[in-house]
Amino acid sequence: MLRRLLKDFRWDVLPVPGRLIAVIFFVFVFSFPLITQHPYYVRMLTYTSIFTIFAVSWDLLSGYTGQINFGHALFFGVAAYTSALLYKYLGWQPWATMPIGVLAAVAAGVITCFPALKLRGPYLSLITLAFPLMLLGIVMAFKNVTGAEYGIPFLPSIAGSRVGEYYICLIVMTVSVLIMWKLTDAGSRYVRTGLIFHAIREDEIAARATGINTIRYKLLAFVIGGLFAGIAGALFAHVRGMVSPGTTLTMTMSFQAVIWVIFGGIVSIYGAVVGVYTLYPLVYLSDRVKDLFASLYEAVPKTSALVPLRAILQFIQEVAEYPILVLAVIVIVILLFMPEGVGVWVRNKIERQCPRCKLTNGAWRRECRACGASLH
Amino acid sequence: MLESIIVFTLVSGGIYALLALGFSLIFGVARVLNLAHTAFFMLAAYGMFYLVSEEMGIGLGNIPSIIITVVVVTLLGLVSYKLFIDRIREHHAAVLLLTIALALVIQEVLLWRFQGDVRGIPSLIPGFTEILGIRVLNQYLLTLGMVAVVIIIVWLFLSKTKMGIAIRATANDPEIANLMGISVSRILLITMGLATALAAVAGVVVAPLWPLRPIMWGSPLMMIMVIVVLGGLGSIKGSIIGAFIIGFVATVVSLDPFRVLGGGGPYLNVTFVLLAMVIVLVVRPAGLFGTIFEEERL
Repeated sequence: MLRRLLKDFRWDVLPVPGRLIAVIFFVFVFSFPLITQHPYYVRMLTYTSIFTIFAVSWDLLSGYTGQINFGHALFFGVAAYTSALLYKYLGWQPWATMPIGVLAAVAAGVITCFPALKLRGPYLSLITLAFPLMLLGIVMAFKNVTGAEYGIPFLPSIAGSRVGEYYICLIVMTVSVLIMWKLTDAGSRYVRTGLIFHAIREDEIAARATGINTIRYKLLAFVIGGLFAGIAGALFAHVRGMVSPGTTLTMTMSFQAVIWVIFGGIVSIYGAVVGVYTLYPLVYLSDRVKDLFASLYEAVPKTSALVPLRAILQFIQEVAEYPILVLAVIVIVILLFMPEGVGVWVRNKIERQCPRCKLTNGAWRRECRACGASLH
Repeated sequence: MLESIIVFTLVSGGIYALLALGFSLIFGVARVLNLAHTAFFMLAAYGMFYLVSEEMGIGLGNIPSIIITVVVVTLLGLVSYKLFIDRIREHHAAVLLLTIALALVIQEVLLWRFQGDVRGIPSLIPGFTEILGIRVLNQYLLTLGMVAVVIIIVWLFLSKTKMGIAIRATANDPEIANLMGISVSRILLITMGLATALAAVAGVVVAPLWPLRPIMWGSPLMMIMVIVVLGGLGSIKGSIIGAFIIGFVATVVSLDPFRVLGGGGPYLNVTFVLLAMVIVLVVRPAGLFGTIFEEERL
């Protein structure tokens, strides 16, 4: 068994840079508490893994099936609020409230479907954008039930310690991403969903003409998307210890998923993971970056020759106070110059597919590692 | 209560009509859903604040401030269209994301320059006038007058001038318009300029009326999206009529004359307005006056 694993690693992981990076990444995140147990960084990566589930579920729903959903925060918020309300009014514990929250998110997915299936293109985006905002209005209006902008505080934690929470979120994230990756794998021999989702995105009428019940598969996409976004929402509520409308239901929340996915690369599960693991820590650490540049600024001697350097350091320090600005500028640059996304762009640079046997090779090779065909 | 409902409906409906007109125009002609539209509106309102205010800005007079604001915001709209939107115009999702990112950039830059505090400027004309026994602020009358004049000018421009006819032809069928000797890319640029100018005018008239905050673009964006969906995306008549319908609904829900919402009115008006949009989209996806384009039909 172990020897088999080693052999696989030797022949199928080492020669493919993308897979090697993925393995190193998972080893890193699973051993992260060994490096530091500082609550600030552990908390950061806990949130990152939760938002990874959220972003990947958006990619599955909107990237793969092409149903551009601009209200993904709905599922997140419904799950978070359902489990919070169940705890507040019925006193249930997280192991009971979270599954019900996830079911509520799935139900929200099904309900969204009825209007959404009739529409497409910009109309679909507009109508899905509306749902979380409608719920936001309701949450704000019923102050005594939901606590309006102060939210519902003091939710029980899912594990005794920060590190325990980190591992629970990380394992849930790994399993969910694996499931979604397999479901969307177009070359899979076991499930057809990946192929059908691609077909629906490329040409829905043609897909229907080949005998695919597109309505049923779009419904399925909404259910899966709602399910995983709901898992993320329920986890978020209990890890953060409170739910408030500002962090669950706003338009920013919905667009954050879109930004992460487009940054990493749409229609590729790994792209969404790349996007969240790059951008979320970037925004989260902006305070630290600011402090770092402030101390650098102090360290530079006040001579006239270094005035431009001091000006640059001060500018960076000021910009770091507005992480959303940095995020928005990054999105614009990515859309204009790397429309396929950073993750996909890098992968295309370091990997090449053999034209004969379709095996992935490192980009530095001249011949395919299996069949010897020329790669140029 | 009734008179305030009428006044508020007319004023907010008028402002929404200006905004929705531009939004609908750029969608109808260039097929671009410009989510940064209200960000330009906010930029104009802040520009007005910057030019008029004595302590935070440079304290110019009203008339030059209005002219400078409208011109500068229109130019910014043109530049951002040429630099960003035009390149990815064909991809709906990319356009939506890019315009949201633009709006966020504008929001954060304003936050940087003016902080998050609520700002405002005094009325351009102080005092009030009595009409049929109702006291109406002069600022409201000025707003209504400006809205009416601008809408009539745009209407005449689109229906009578050669350029307006070219714009409508491009909206109808860009390829045929191109064959008839109309430069489509120039028409799109002009339309974007016109749309941004409308947003800027709306921003100028709103500056003394609404509290100015860097997040003030969100709620009007919702409103105008509902309005253009209600009236039919791309339909100009539809967006003006829709604006007054939605202005009325939002005013009634916020003021809550029969006290049925238990004080939740100001929060629920977005909910009710969006509910109206969802119902319209489900029952009649083309809106009241719109037509569904062939390639978008399911």
